[in-house]
Amino acid sequence: MGSAPTIHVETVDFVMLYIVGISVILLLGITVTMVYFVFKYNRKKGHKPVDIHGNIALEVIWIAIPTLLVLSMFYFGYTGFMEMRKVDKSAYTIQATARMWAWEFGYDNGLRSDTLYVPIDQTITLKLVSVDVNHSLFIPAFRIKEDVVMGKTNYLSFKAKETGAFDIACAEYCGLNHSMMYSKVIVMPKNEFDKWLNSQIEKDSLSTQDSTKTKDSSSIKNSLSSKDSPSGKN
Amino acid sequence: MINEAANPGEKSFYQVSTNKHTGILSWLLTVDHKRIGIMYLIAILSFFLVGVVIGLFMRWELMFPGKTIMEAQTYNTLFTLHGVIMIFLFIIPGLPAIFGNFFLPIQLGAKDVAFPRLNLLSFYIYVIGAILVLVSLFLPGGPIDTGWTFYIPYSIRTSTNVSMAIFAAFILGFSSILTGINFVTTVHRLRAPGMTWFRMPLFVWSTYATAWIQIIATPVIGITILLVIIERAFGVGIFDPALGGDPILFQHLFWIYSHPAVYIMILPAMGVVSEIIPTFSRRTIFGYKQIAYSSLAIAFVGYLVWAHHMFTSGMSDTSRWIFSLLTFIVALPSGVKIFNWVATMYKGSIDPQVPFLWVMSFIFLFSIGGLTGLVVGALATDVHLHDTYFVVAHFHYVMFGGTGTIFFAALHYWFPKMFGKMYNKRFAVISVVLFFIGFNMLYFPKFILGYMGMPRRYYDYLPEFASLQLVSTIGSWILAGAIFFVVGYLIHALYKGKKATANPWGGVTLEWHIASPPPMENFHEIPTITHEPYDFSQLKEMKYGE
Repeated sequence: MGSAPTIHVETVDFVMLYIVGISVILLLGITVTMVYFVFKYNRKKGHKPVDIHGNIALEVIWIAIPTLLVLSMFYFGYTGFMEMRKVDKSAYTIQATARMWAWEFGYDNGLRSDTLYVPIDQTITLKLVSVDVNHSLFIPAFRIKEDVVMGKTNYLSFKAKETGAFDIACAEYCGLNHSMMYSKVIVMPKNEFDKWLNSQIEKDSLSTQDSTKTKDSSSIKNSLSSKDSPSGKN
Repeated sequence: MINEAANPGEKSFYQVSTNKHTGILSWLLTVDHKRIGIMYLIAILSFFLVGVVIGLFMRWELMFPGKTIMEAQTYNTLFTLHGVIMIFLFIIPGLPAIFGNFFLPIQLGAKDVAFPRLNLLSFYIYVIGAILVLVSLFLPGGPIDTGWTFYIPYSIRTSTNVSMAIFAAFILGFSSILTGINFVTTVHRLRAPGMTWFRMPLFVWSTYATAWIQIIATPVIGITILLVIIERAFGVGIFDPALGGDPILFQHLFWIYSHPAVYIMILPAMGVVSEIIPTFSRRTIFGYKQIAYSSLAIAFVGYLVWAHHMFTSGMSDTSRWIFSLLTFIVALPSGVKIFNWVATMYKGSIDPQVPFLWVMSFIFLFSIGGLTGLVVGALATDVHLHDTYFVVAHFHYVMFGGTGTIFFAALHYWFPKMFGKMYNKRFAVISVVLFFIGFNMLYFPKFILGYMGMPRRYYDYLPEFASLQLVSTIGSWILAGAIFFVVGYLIHALYKGKKATANPWGGVTLEWHIASPPPMENFHEIPTITHEPYDFSQLKEMKYGE
């Protein structure tokens, strides 16, 4: 797991393994016992059935042990979640605006982009804003998501420790092109990010609002480029 | 003991009309709980098959990336209809309306439910609701495309027929409430002499707990739906933020009903399991009271966990962890039931006939559904998995692998009693196996897809998901094949099946004390109960023993 793009990914994968591991043991225990009983106490063998009405000690055991197990699962889930929600004062804030069916990311210097560019090793806080229906900003590679709800500013934090490009999906059903509402988060070294931010500002001051829009729609197509063209499906 | 004076040549309820009519009107205007149960079976099974066919088309579209057979709007409509039909027309009414109606009065030693006419009214309200759903498909504007959760603001903004479709859900709610009132009253008032609370079969217990949820939770969705209709029609700002409303409030109100509704769906199924395991193990149930109380515990704690559907909605972090904790607590009574069921097989005399095989399949599939519920109950993992295929897999394992499997178990268990005919057992064994294989092929890949990051309600998907999507689609053919096979040989058995005996499995609850199919009014003389529900020593004394 050394190559995980954020620390939080390691946490979530651990919680997942912990719960699934216990679950597999329980599932196998239940299934094997059941199948064993069906063979062992098969009517063909001619055993006389024994009426056992219950056993208080057993009932206590199979309430107490699962209680402890699920409380531990709750605890790991809780701490893993809280680590993700910790508000970092030094966080770099970017506004993520969702509309049917595109993302737009606004930087504090006024720059807007349809792709999310972030620097590495820096806590990023996304302020989530919707201008129409509910959306949900989901970065599967980082194991995070939060709904984007009109009239309510939710937030989502992450800190990438690896450069690269990762998918951003919309996870809350939002109508016709819900499944095409993809974008990317691009994690870059700090100096490259600064260079990008400044060069974009220069470019942005020259370009008009219209060209931003064209860029928007083309990048959605690009994000789905490896499959059939989405434009044929609308 | 049961003073049963039935003679072998007596007339069954099929041959005696409860009203002055014969033919079709003797059915449509009947107040007999068994006939109403059969009418529900026909209606609900039909809608289930429609839901299955819609599911097949969805899987066909998802077979390959890109457009396979339909446009995005069609797909969005189909997954909405699949959800609405399966939830509101199949799985919520399913077991209580069919098997509860047919067997609850018999298992209590009663001649009918407490309010037979109200029972018929519930059926017609169900039919009216179902017709409204169908009508909404063909009105201008087009079929609803919001998902079965009707989330606002989308359900306010879309131009499709939302109002009509959710009004249908409103109407269906009344059917559910009235059935609940009827069952609660029946259990309180119509138990046969000697049928104390702790001599009631566990199917009665679970149906009773379900009935309370139906009465208490359903009005919440009714009111919510009315508010949405008012908002759509008159532009009153209740939920839509553009009008000053709160969309999160809608989610709360929706899940305050719809989470308890999950227990409306699963509790009666748990009751059926508690009937089938003792019968085929021929010994008393292990932990009768624990199972009965756990039904009540599930019904009660089930009210307090609704917001676990909203862990990413933006509600406060405090409410998130509180609801996560409560969610883990509600997992415990279900675990207790599973342990008690398996323990009931211990030192039994097990005859793994068809209904028992369905139950074994249930225990495996439902355990997976329940255990993956722990994964999405934990906050850290749920934030990743919420609204992905993992959740789709999880609730299909619970609802379909749980309640759906038990729907077939109950059908195979009580078919000889309801229709007086026996089906082809070899075909039945083949269908269980096919169902099990198809089910896991269809839904298990979705757990993996979900963890890989495949969101739900997606018309199209990235190429890395393609191979598992294809496996899932192939699974859907096997599963649907098994389902249609079951329906086929059961219908065949109705006409050509061997005559069933009164007690083919050696059961001891009251329905096995009377003829197959049961006579009108069930008992010639109301029985006096002297045994525990699963006391198999009475088999020898029974008229229809072995």
